[in-house]
Amino acid sequence: MYQTNYHRASSLEEAAKLFKKGDDAKFVSGGQTLIPTMKQRLAAPTDLIDLRHIKGMSGIKVSGKKVAIGAATTHYDVSTNGKLAAVCPALAALASHIGDPAVRHMGTIGGSIANNDPAADYPAAMLALGATIVTNKREIEADKFFKGMFETALKDGEIITAVAFAAPTRAAYVKYPNPASRYAMCGVFVADHGKGDIRVAVTGAGNDGVFRHRAMEKALAGNFSADAIASIATSADDMLSDIHGDAAYRAHLVNVMARRAVAQAG
Amino acid sequence: MTSKISMTVNGRQVEGSVEGRTLLVEFLREHLGLTGTHVGCDTSQCGACVVHVDGKAVKSCTLLAAAADGGDVVTIEGLADGTRLHPMQTAFKENHGLQCGFCTPGMIMSAVDLVNRHKSNGGGKLTEEKIRAELEGNICRCTGYHNIVKAIEAGAKAM
Ligand SMILES: Cc1cc2nc3c(=O)[nH]c(=O)nc-3n(C[C@H](O)[C@H](O)[C@H](O)COP(=O)(O)OP(=O)(O)OC[C@H]3O[C@@H](n4cnc5c(N)ncnc54)[C@H](O)[C@@H]3O)c2cc1C
Ligand code: FES
Ligand code: FES
Repeated sequence: MYQTNYHRASSLEEAAKLFKKGDDAKFVSGGQTLIPTMKQRLAAPTDLIDLRHIKGMSGIKVSGKKVAIGAATTHYDVSTNGKLAAVCPALAALASHIGDPAVRHMGTIGGSIANNDPAADYPAAMLALGATIVTNKREIEADKFFKGMFETALKDGEIITAVAFAAPTRAAYVKYPNPASRYAMCGVFVADHGKGDIRVAVTGAGNDGVFRHRAMEKALAGNFSADAIASIATSADDMLSDIHGDAAYRAHLVNVMARRAVAQAG
Repeated sequence: MTSKISMTVNGRQVEGSVEGRTLLVEFLREHLGLTGTHVGCDTSQCGACVVHVDGKAVKSCTLLAAAADGGDVVTIEGLADGTRLHPMQTAFKENHGLQCGFCTPGMIMSAVDLVNRHKSNGGGKLTEEKIRAELEGNICRCTGYHNIVKAIEAGAKAM
């Protein structure tokens, strides 16, 4: 790893100030993506600004159907929060399958969303839940936040502080994990928001990162059943192709995972 | 730039001067001489480097020492009570839960963490399936895992 200067911010203002002062500063939360990347010398920030100690950055608030999750909340805390599990068990279950226990103890929802890895789990949840990504500057709809592989709407120095959404009436996330890394080869989050408002989001498969599957959403709006989407194909032209699986394979997985998710959502 | 850090390691207050890029595992092994914590992969996959920070298992190869400043760290050296092994250590010994022993410190630290979490989340029977799923982040090149799982089942009962 190249040399870097570590700073611990205690407020958003301090974090923003430290970011401006650094030559090529980067924020760090759980470090479960950034530290390995720095060790491989694929990133070399001059300054690291730790966001985990900022007051109010972590924790889960549930009131009625409204859910707000602080950006520095760990995957472990999302997976074990009883109030969240009561209104949106699909999200808690998703968090419980990210990486392994040690990764879940450090990794955060804000870090995962800011990183927008094309195989990460949370981006699919954010899109399907119609979440709002709250930053220190503004609120961004998930639909406008994820901009392709590792690309988001975040401006330089902008900090995610929380995500917020209304709990769906039913939802499920099913992923086909890469047998070695456990990242999604394809993961589908299906959420029914009532009155025919269905959202289907796919991660791990698309060659431009997470995406909504509009054809499936339409079919499920009329008939929320696995059969309703059984014949809906996904174009292999839009799929990732790598040593783990080619585009045709992933296109097929999208349908299988989506049907399983619908069946599981009930 | 180096900075001063201090933390509790195995119940002892320690201080040190580290670079921003110093990893917790380097601080433990090279500054404190606690070489029980191993580096297997150095790519966050294998779990040989697992220690507890503030009561939770983490991969010390994927955490900066400075980020653990002020924390409470427990390593494999901190589990035994004098010459009396921790029940999980005894269970690994009695169930032949190791061969070369390289993965063992991380396995045991993960195992203790998993039993602690299981107990605080209501307990109940810790099934073989659950133990195997929980070992997702710990890789062993020798044993084939069978005896590790058996050891954890026994260790959980004794804890
Ligand atoms: C072995 C292993 C297995 C994994 N498996 C999975 C898996 O199955 N599924 C999955 O989804 N992920 C997986 N991950 C990734 C893990 O979920 C990470 O925790 C997550 O991607 C990043 O979160 P973090 O808090 O660690 O972010 P960091 O590594 O700290 O940061 C990641 C990026 O986000 C930026 N950032 C961090 N916080 C903020 C913020 N609040 N505002 C703005 N920018 C911010 C950083 O500057 C950096 O660019 C795995 C990781 C490992 C090591
Ligand atoms: S050495 Fe840390 S996970 Fe392998
Ligand atoms: S006993 Fe040799 S790696 Fe596990």
